[in-house]
Amino acid sequence: MRDMRPDRLAPDLLAVRFSRRQVLRRAAALGLSVPALSALLAACAGEEATPTQAPAVQPTATPTEAAAETPTAAETPAGTPTVITTPETTYSMDNPPEVFNADQASQYSGATLTYYGDSVGIGAEMDQALAGAFSEATGITINVVPKPESATENYAAYQRFFSAQSPDVDVMMIDVIWPGAFAPHLVDLSQALGEEAKAHYETIIENNTVDGKLVGMPWFGDFGMLYYRTDLLEKYGFSNPPETWDELEEMAQTILEGERGANPNFAGFVFQGNAYEGLTCNALEWLASSGGGRFIENGQVTINNPQAVEMLNKVRGWVGTIAPQGVTTYQEEDSRQVFQGGNAAFLRNWPYVYSLATGEDSPVRDMVGVAPLPAQPGNPHVGTVGGWQLAVSMYSRAPEAAIEFVRYMTSPEVQTWRAVLGSFVPTIPDVASRPEVLQAMPFLEPMEAVERVTRPSRETGERYNEVSTIVFQGVNQILTGQDAAQVLPGVAQRLQRIVG
Amino acid sequence: MSRPAIAEPRRAALPLRRWRTMTLAERQAWLAWLFLLPALLVVIAVAMIPLAQTLYFSFTDKRLGALEPEQWVGLENYRFLLSDSLWWTAVKVTVQFTVITVALEFLLGLLIALVVNSRFPGRGPMRAAMLVPWAIPTVLSAQMWKWMYNDIFGVINDLLKRVGLIEQNIAWLARPDTSLIAVASIDIWKTTPFVALLLLAGLQVIPDELYEAATVDGANRIRQFFTITLPLLRPAIVVALIFRTLDALRVFDVFYVLFGARPDMQTMAVYAQNYIVAFSDVGYGSAISVAIFLVIAIFVVAYVTTLKVEVQT
Repeated sequence: MRDMRPDRLAPDLLAVRFSRRQVLRRAAALGLSVPALSALLAACAGEEATPTQAPAVQPTATPTEAAAETPTAAETPAGTPTVITTPETTYSMDNPPEVFNADQASQYSGATLTYYGDSVGIGAEMDQALAGAFSEATGITINVVPKPESATENYAAYQRFFSAQSPDVDVMMIDVIWPGAFAPHLVDLSQALGEEAKAHYETIIENNTVDGKLVGMPWFGDFGMLYYRTDLLEKYGFSNPPETWDELEEMAQTILEGERGANPNFAGFVFQGNAYEGLTCNALEWLASSGGGRFIENGQVTINNPQAVEMLNKVRGWVGTIAPQGVTTYQEEDSRQVFQGGNAAFLRNWPYVYSLATGEDSPVRDMVGVAPLPAQPGNPHVGTVGGWQLAVSMYSRAPEAAIEFVRYMTSPEVQTWRAVLGSFVPTIPDVASRPEVLQAMPFLEPMEAVERVTRPSRETGERYNEVSTIVFQGVNQILTGQDAAQVLPGVAQRLQRIVG
Repeated sequence: MSRPAIAEPRRAALPLRRWRTMTLAERQAWLAWLFLLPALLVVIAVAMIPLAQTLYFSFTDKRLGALEPEQWVGLENYRFLLSDSLWWTAVKVTVQFTVITVALEFLLGLLIALVVNSRFPGRGPMRAAMLVPWAIPTVLSAQMWKWMYNDIFGVINDLLKRVGLIEQNIAWLARPDTSLIAVASIDIWKTTPFVALLLLAGLQVIPDELYEAATVDGANRIRQFFTITLPLLRPAIVVALIFRTLDALRVFDVFYVLFGARPDMQTMAVYAQNYIVAFSDVGYGSAISVAIFLVIAIFVVAYVTTLKVEVQT
């Protein structure tokens, strides 16, 4: 006790008063469980090592979910039927589409591919069925490996494969915001699949094209859309869902005033306002639908403009009025639960909500309508693009066989099959308008004309996470009360530092 | 450890030959070093080298997974850090959180330790039960509290409305004025048992004879607490305070689960994690780590000096 130098302090005290044995004995007498006890001793050991350890410790803290997480991972819809019959075709899980390119692919017979596919649920089952059919028809063996479920871990796993130039993965699913970061390590598909690419939505192909290289084939899509309560709109005399943001504001206000008496928890409009990737997606829609631009365009930072200031201040005004104050902490699931619990008139979310909100056990199942997100007069209706692509690693030992597998997997036939049986949103307009697909996903029709906007991940490549964080942190500050005119110049300055 | 002059020229000879000419004290000194060597090597490998590397990277633009080698950028990382308002917000939030939680955890922990130190029926199960919050992984308990704090379906708003304390739902985690209180109370709920356990261990080594003697001398319970319990508990208190302060300054998980990367509710550790993991910016991240180290060092020095002053008076 007399020697108080920092390096001596803790061990000294422990030796005098709390020798480990003593702690153990006392703890045992207290009836502590072994795990709790070892945790306590581990904690003691950690502190004994003096605070100089701190800097080394900080970076290794395990994130549960990092900023790279995108809200685009498709969820398995509840109660998807396993057999659907249309006049021409019967769709079932054990009958995947015919391998149309079998002749061409058979020349690589004997090759073995490792494919990082869907991790859980119906997506994983479909991967197995499709890979099985492809192997049987071509003689190319496919190992289907479920990719890590968390997008952050998935990203990190690919980063490790690529920095080791590993041939252990040939074909992989990549998120819509990753092509820019991974482009140097992916095979250019524009020669082999350029013709097929023309059938897909142009924005997604553009998103997947980095410096003229087509680095991924779109596989299934995602976009932001507006869910609304058909019964409430009718009750308050609105015949159509809102066209403009101002209309949405008025409708939400009217419905809110009427419903608050019966349900004090009622909210007009809920969206994703937490400081995370989802807010970047929401903010992109707000700006792109009101003339506020797309954060970064043609290498120029454009986020700080009068329309963006006006729109973001308008959204700030919603928080605590038509939107609950807690909306600045909501992610997809929080906002879905509020809407599905019957506590909101409008919701901005992804297509996965549709099958859940109209499912058997949903309290609002017969009252859900879907519309494009509103746009200010003179601006297009937009939806932020999410979704997954299939890409081929540059370090693959059998790139030709891998390309044939991608050709099959992203074909209209397979996309139709996956749309009908798994509710995966097709990336090919022709597929999206097929009757059997529209029957499974009726919301696709009103969304047809919506302009799909992409986050600036291609231009900013491996620094996209940083760009997105700067944007959602700034927008979150605005939502929690700061003036957009004060915040946006700082946001633009930070972005400028990255864009250069 | 003076050596006979005649041994001087043999210093370069084989260790084994020198061994025979050594005195016992010399041999013991050598043996001590030999036995320490594995531990020293481990410390150098797992602490010293990474620390030196962190310091070096903090002067570079090192990035994870970058194809080209890092460049020396001098003090540029530190210059940006000092000018970044988000960093200073993170420092402020972390320090506020530390002061609130450590103070309340200590007071409540002491109270609980005194209670469970006295004899009452069911004391054993009680001591085990109070550790439950502390035994739950923080990530899980934080998520649980996040749901309880939810403004629409959270149980806390529901309870407060039932007893009539509030009329409108409160968005505890969204409002800037309630966020810190909300997160601090989770940490207090979770860690007070740990502080109580440390203090309880300290209480149990105080011999009963002292209290008996004090009672004979006519000292009442309050007098006994201030003249016997508190002074003898001092070592345990110091350990508890230092443990908790350092832990609180490095807090990550509960903030990360509750607030993600929300700019006004980041701690220093969340700020660092963002740059190192999410942005792969190891150079700047290392500069942040060094800065966090300095902030924690200030607290340690403050503790040690104030406690020393008390010892002397």
